[in-house]
Amino acid sequence: MITTSNLSKKYKNNEVLNIESLNIPKGQSFGLVGNNGAGKTTYFSLLLDLIQPTTGHIVNNDIQVNESEAWKPFTSAFIDESFLIGYLTPEEYFYFIGELRGQNKADIDTLVAQFEDFFHGEILGQKKYLRDLSKGNQKKVGIVAALIGNPEVIILDEPFANLDPTTQIRLKGIIKDLAEKKGVTILISSHDLMHVTDVCDRIVVLEKGRIVKDLVTSEATLKELEAHFAS
Amino acid sequence: MVKHFISLEWKSFFRSASFGKSLAIKIFMGFFALYLAMIFAGSGFLLMLYLEKEQPETDPFLFFNGLIFFWFLGDLLIRFFFQKLPVMTVKPFLTLPVNRSQIVNYVLRKSMVSFVNFLPLLTIIPFGILLIVKGYTNTSVVIAWWVMLILLILINNFLNFIIESLSAERELSFLPIILLTSILYGLNHFDVIDLASLMSKAVTGISENPYYLITPVAILGVLYGFNFNILIKKLYLDSGLKEKVKEVNAANLEWTKSFGDIAPFLQLDLKMIWRNKRTKSSVWILLMGLFYGLFFYPQPTYQDLPWFFMLIGVFSTGIFLISFGQFIPAWDSGYYKLLMSQNIKYEQYLKSKFTLMAFSVVVLFVLGIPYVYFGWKVLIAHFVAAIYNIGVNTHVILYGGSFNRKKINLDQKAAFNYQGTGAVQWLIGIPLLLLPMGLFALLYFITNFEIACAILALFGVIGIVFHQKLMRSITLKYTKSKYKMIDAFNQEN
Repeated sequence: MITTSNLSKKYKNNEVLNIESLNIPKGQSFGLVGNNGAGKTTYFSLLLDLIQPTTGHIVNNDIQVNESEAWKPFTSAFIDESFLIGYLTPEEYFYFIGELRGQNKADIDTLVAQFEDFFHGEILGQKKYLRDLSKGNQKKVGIVAALIGNPEVIILDEPFANLDPTTQIRLKGIIKDLAEKKGVTILISSHDLMHVTDVCDRIVVLEKGRIVKDLVTSEATLKELEAHFAS
Repeated sequence: MVKHFISLEWKSFFRSASFGKSLAIKIFMGFFALYLAMIFAGSGFLLMLYLEKEQPETDPFLFFNGLIFFWFLGDLLIRFFFQKLPVMTVKPFLTLPVNRSQIVNYVLRKSMVSFVNFLPLLTIIPFGILLIVKGYTNTSVVIAWWVMLILLILINNFLNFIIESLSAERELSFLPIILLTSILYGLNHFDVIDLASLMSKAVTGISENPYYLITPVAILGVLYGFNFNILIKKLYLDSGLKEKVKEVNAANLEWTKSFGDIAPFLQLDLKMIWRNKRTKSSVWILLMGLFYGLFFYPQPTYQDLPWFFMLIGVFSTGIFLISFGQFIPAWDSGYYKLLMSQNIKYEQYLKSKFTLMAFSVVVLFVLGIPYVYFGWKVLIAHFVAAIYNIGVNTHVILYGGSFNRKKINLDQKAAFNYQGTGAVQWLIGIPLLLLPMGLFALLYFITNFEIACAILALFGVIGIVFHQKLMRSITLKYTKSKYKMIDAFNQEN
């Protein structure tokens, strides 16, 4: 589904990312871990064509992302709060994203209704603008908005950060469900090793922009990761 | 501490993403400032020359003091629109070992060294020296007079900030100041209270008895203290949050559907304008633009200057175009990354902005039809101006937007933030206004009114005919600067 080849990103002479080759097959839930500055967000930004690669390219479902925009209809993402429009209510925001993705209001209502649990009664019908919601609630809105329009690829940067424990557990359920039942390719990054090993089939460790580990998740993975980051 | 503050500001200026661009603007502003300085410096001498020639029996000192009241009002009015309290990011300091009073004192003192405060000195110093040299008054009186006027300048400086901070929260923020100045002017003009001569007498009296200078010093002290109290209250994080829990009504805006595929963006733009303080206040500028012609047309002088109609036409039909258009796409800077990763066509996004601007021109033209009262030529000029606005200015401003690299924080309402509402905002309209006016005036003098109108309208029509093509090349320009914009909009300041 997503093929990365010879990808690198340099700022002046400082190389922040260098991935020779990385293949993510369809339907995989893919976890990216690494310390600050390892290049996780840089990789996601390249995948969304928000920054330009210095060399190489990423091909998303046969479409090279920095050449064509045809990857947009089946790819969605939530990277940070700058993906939210502060002066809309959550409902309006969902409808807006829905319209961009060819969904009508009824579609959105059905989709959003499934996440009532996840929202914990703090999002819908609150008559508040997104900018007035707490950071955690904003994140919930962003994540659910990324699920609108049946995307085949979903990219979530640090989805667990800022969420309360209950919501973290519910989010794990949602992510697992999407990958297993609907064949969606999910890319997430996290600092929480436990959560990633819980939800991801495969975990890649980045260090200073390079892949240092590529693991298929098993019982031993968490231990191995902990050992890696402890040293 | 002050040293640290200054070095921080120095860094924020030189390290900001829009540095190159704001430098160009600053150079331009520099020339503008030089021009103003020359006018002010010259006016002192010219006034003296004029008085000696035309009215040799008046005492220039008393004459000048008679004008101070009007200068006081005008100065206050101009300050309200152009001078803003110096901006400073205070949040990081709140938890550091810095006294709140130090921050406030720094901001207030910094405001005193504003250029606006130095301008009048260029007039009063040469004038005062002339008074001494020509023997109208003696040196000590002039020195006391200088001190008095400097105090008056500073009083205005701080009075303005008080008025601003009291009215900033309101929607029609410029109404109180206009009311205040026009009431004062009216009281004087209709001889209810002769404020001008009262003020003149006060200034003359104080200059002759310097001990009375204690009065303006006391007034200044009170105003400073008042400002200090206003600001120090705002230095708490929750001061901006109090009224936040207001319920909002979700808007529906189904009627925009008739615009087809640009409907979602059109809805978004309308909501943006209506739901953010920053944009909402620019809606009120529309009224000002619409009634702009009333300042000129009733005067017979302007009736005989048909080439001048074009300026008013372009301004009054294009006021929204200018005030909204100049910040495209920075209005959306807060969520630009979202738009760029969503399933949208750049062209639709830009077309929505175009439609909104073109629509506003039509509406403003229709609302301005009553101007026909001042003659059919006015109406024709406005009509031509509307066509020119739609065909040329909209495209120009959209193209200019692709150079936009400055983020706007729509929802920032914290104290100390008057982002981007200074003089630059007014200066940017000049090419959009002066170009058509200059062209029109030139054609008018070479040929006649009708041909000048026809040619300008032709430009507009050409723009409308080639709209698709123009939009495509503008879109291309935006696509090219996409990464730079995303990067710049990511940075604060």
